[in-house]
Amino acid sequence: MKKDYSKLGTLFRCMFMLSACTFGGGFVIVSLMKKKFVEELKWLEEEEMLDVTAITQSAPGPLPVNASVIIGYRMAGVVGSLTAILGTILPPMIIISIISVFYQQFRTNPYIAVALQVMRAGVAAVIFDVVINLAKNVLNTKRVLYIAMMLLAFISTYLFGVSAMIIIFLCLGIGLADLAVALYKKKKEGA
Amino acid sequence: MLLMKLFFAFIQVGMFSVGGGYAAIPLIQEQIVNIHGLMTMEEFSDLITVAEMTPGPVSINSATFVGMRLAGIPGVLLCSIGCIIPSFCICLTLAYFYYKYRTVGGVQTVLGALRPAVVALIGSAGASILMLGLFQTDIRHIALGDIRLVELSIFVISLFILRKFKVSAVSIILGSGVAGTLIYALMGAIS
Repeated sequence: MKKDYSKLGTLFRCMFMLSACTFGGGFVIVSLMKKKFVEELKWLEEEEMLDVTAITQSAPGPLPVNASVIIGYRMAGVVGSLTAILGTILPPMIIISIISVFYQQFRTNPYIAVALQVMRAGVAAVIFDVVINLAKNVLNTKRVLYIAMMLLAFISTYLFGVSAMIIIFLCLGIGLADLAVALYKKKKEGA
Repeated sequence: MLLMKLFFAFIQVGMFSVGGGYAAIPLIQEQIVNIHGLMTMEEFSDLITVAEMTPGPVSINSATFVGMRLAGIPGVLLCSIGCIIPSFCICLTLAYFYYKYRTVGGVQTVLGALRPAVVALIGSAGASILMLGLFQTDIRHIALGDIRLVELSIFVISLFILRKFKVSAVSIILGSGVAGTLIYALMGAIS
């Protein structure tokens, strides 16, 4: 892997901004990272970003930190990883350290409560924007298996609350089976 | 010694919180409230509120909050670092193997099956946040009459802007927070 330290500054800045604005869970930051690193900066390919998401979801620990480790490694090796992690954890560390001191005022402030509520609508819009692009690409593969998997996975997580881990491992199983079938066909053709 | 205790407690939190931020909450409770008796259950519930209301990964937020409350800035550093050490080691290893083997044909087939699932997972997270934004509850408990029109318009306008123009996700999220709070304030709905 070629190491390019010239991007460390941008990497840190992007991770810092994304982390500072990520309300509500790991998949939110994944959408933001996709938008930033794939669409805006064109550092990563879209498929790569999806693979990274699958890996971060199946490893223990906070998803944004996991994703930073991998994206940082991709951009500039271990130094990149450390830079990206620092960018990701600094905003919550600073914000929470301050808030833990003024906790009562923070919790009872009506303006903060309203801002946090309305911001969800903006966050949802960002995620929908990203998902529309991603889903289009899955549809473009024209593979019935993939399209069916996407729909079933959505229904089972959203409506039935099946955990993301289980979905990832089930699909890993399907992928392995798919590979086995492909290899078997190839062998038969060869024979 | 308190600092060492916190450090090792959060290494365990980081290592065993598999599958997203909320998985970390019961682990932190186990370590900090039940095993070491460092916080009461009431203080712990404050922690959950703060971790949810602020940006950043839930486990880093919690680590910072616990660290700050119990041991000040050194506590913040040790808890957060403890929390990310397992992530860092595991994801760096996974990243190494991913980038080494991702172009291999068989690996491509298996990863191909994971991508639709990841799209679905991100979509599901987006749908949950949208429901929370529009109805302040989840899909099972919504009543269409309770829809919040300010949030709905913010969502629609934000999505339109995102699809039509090149704007960063961060400016959409912050913009929707500011716009929504202003609208509610002008309506006199904040007391």
